[in-house]
Amino acid sequence: MRDAFIRALTEAALADPRIVLLTGDLGFGVLEHFEQRCPRQYVNAGVAEQNMTALAAGLALEGRVAFTYSIANFTTLRCLEQIRNDACYHEANVNIVSVGGGLSYGPLGPTHHATEDLAIMRALPGMVVFAPNDDGEVAAGLPALIDHPGPSYIRLDRASVMSPAVDDLPFALGRARRLREGDDVTLVACGGMAGEALAAAETLQRQGLSCRVLSMHTIRPLDTDALIEAAAETGGIVTIEEHSTIGGLGTACADALLDLGVAPHRFCKIALPSAFTTVVGSQAFLRRHYRIDAGAIAARVAALLGVTQQPRLTETVG
Amino acid sequence: MATHDEPCPTTSSGAADLPDSRTLARRIRVHAVRMTSRGNSSHVGSSLSMADLIAVLYAGGLRVDPTRPRWPGRDRFILSKGHASAGLYAALAERGFFDLSLLDSHCQDGSHLSGHVTTKGVPGVELATGSLGHGLPVATGMALAARMAGERHRVIALLSDGECDEGSNWEAILFAAHHELDNLVAIIDYNKLQSLKPVEQTLRLEPFAEKWRSFGWYTVEIDGHDHDAVRGALSTAAGTSGRPTCLIAHTVKGKGVPFMENSILWHYRSPQGAERDAALDALERGA
Repeated sequence: MRDAFIRALTEAALADPRIVLLTGDLGFGVLEHFEQRCPRQYVNAGVAEQNMTALAAGLALEGRVAFTYSIANFTTLRCLEQIRNDACYHEANVNIVSVGGGLSYGPLGPTHHATEDLAIMRALPGMVVFAPNDDGEVAAGLPALIDHPGPSYIRLDRASVMSPAVDDLPFALGRARRLREGDDVTLVACGGMAGEALAAAETLQRQGLSCRVLSMHTIRPLDTDALIEAAAETGGIVTIEEHSTIGGLGTACADALLDLGVAPHRFCKIALPSAFTTVVGSQAFLRRHYRIDAGAIAARVAALLGVTQQPRLTETVG
Repeated sequence: MATHDEPCPTTSSGAADLPDSRTLARRIRVHAVRMTSRGNSSHVGSSLSMADLIAVLYAGGLRVDPTRPRWPGRDRFILSKGHASAGLYAALAERGFFDLSLLDSHCQDGSHLSGHVTTKGVPGVELATGSLGHGLPVATGMALAARMAGERHRVIALLSDGECDEGSNWEAILFAAHHELDNLVAIIDYNKLQSLKPVEQTLRLEPFAEKWRSFGWYTVEIDGHDHDAVRGALSTAAGTSGRPTCLIAHTVKGKGVPFMENSILWHYRSPQGAERDAALDALERGA
């Protein structure tokens, strides 16, 4: 997904000299594409994320559209106060790009697992929080983020879901994309977890359950209309994210429904525990380990709806 | 991007429009005492410490136009030691960025004039600060933006000495030197006292000038209360090419009010009653 993002950003930067990409000395084999084509719009800030973020704010306050780039926790947690004070407070066009969302860097250990970023970023005033599910959503979302005068957070998953092309299923920032129709339950997913949701929906279909699947690529501002429809038209809402159970997509959806006074027939949050991993492994392994993979989602949705699931069905997925 | 070489309307019309820096410094000090007293707020010592530096900047050291605070050709000034907001607000009001009467609202209910510098509702402020270690890195970004655009204005950040404990500054110091940002000036209000103890007993900065020089900055040490020295150093900085400038301004915390000078107490204590009157009297007699 990061290659797709950099390709899209390069095209945008070639046409818009305001765009500046800053990296915290990461992006080997990825950022060269941008650097070679837009050398005057590229800055390696060194391994210094606080300064990188403040530089981005300074550039944005002078009319530039700044993008900061690094592995997820380094562009967010390491420089959180620069994001809050320098970018958000000043409503500066600073766009924070995190690669390796969730457990993308599974084998590298907890320092490289981005599992609280959505909660923290969406708590900041004025921040747009964008967790696209595939290359198409990344590219489609970029122009809106460039035009948006304030800050944004862009969480890139390692994997890319093969969801319907944006040509066939239009994209708008802040509007969920309905990847699959269904009325027994609505699966609301962000980032690469949309792929797990789609696979779970396929499994459940074989059990006679039809699942609506929403790509909730924008966590802030949240598409509350899509949630209201899901609550009214389907048998429940299940949120799915590769993020701590505290403060992410599921919390955002629950908060929104509560604020709106809308009660879905059922509500379930599928997320990671608020805990550091004690084992490492591939992203696929860790999703199975923490029971957020397609098989586990299918089993939990079936249980939520009171349907007894055949064990062999869950074992074939993931 | 376009360059902005048109002359600053205020300065081009002649020095007669500009206040005398010594008069401005005294007025900043009087305002700072009154504001921190009315607001029952802290950091009067910090405002007094930098008053001469701010006065030289706002008496012609900076190219700014109070009638057009966002004029693109202006010099950018960032007060990174945002806790000394009273001193900056006083200078801005004295220069006509907003009405002097607003100073009475400092730290009052419903006021825009917060105890730490803000941009919201306060013309002339470039960056909201208050958490230390932010001003120089953002100023560095602004200086980079100016260079990218071929613009000639300067970016000047005023830091406290205790603030130099923050590692973010040293990230920016590395960056600015590497990128040869000669349109960037850092001024250090080196009053030797920080929040709880002297700098020397907290985190030693010495040999301070050597540190800046070894990082690649053109570095000058000056008496931060000598207006001619401050003006001269700013002028020298303007002629420096290929590297940023650091002015280490040796100052006295609480300068101008003898019982506040070199006293840690006045980092937090608010002057009330007889103390306020004595402070104002001392400033009057000092003038």
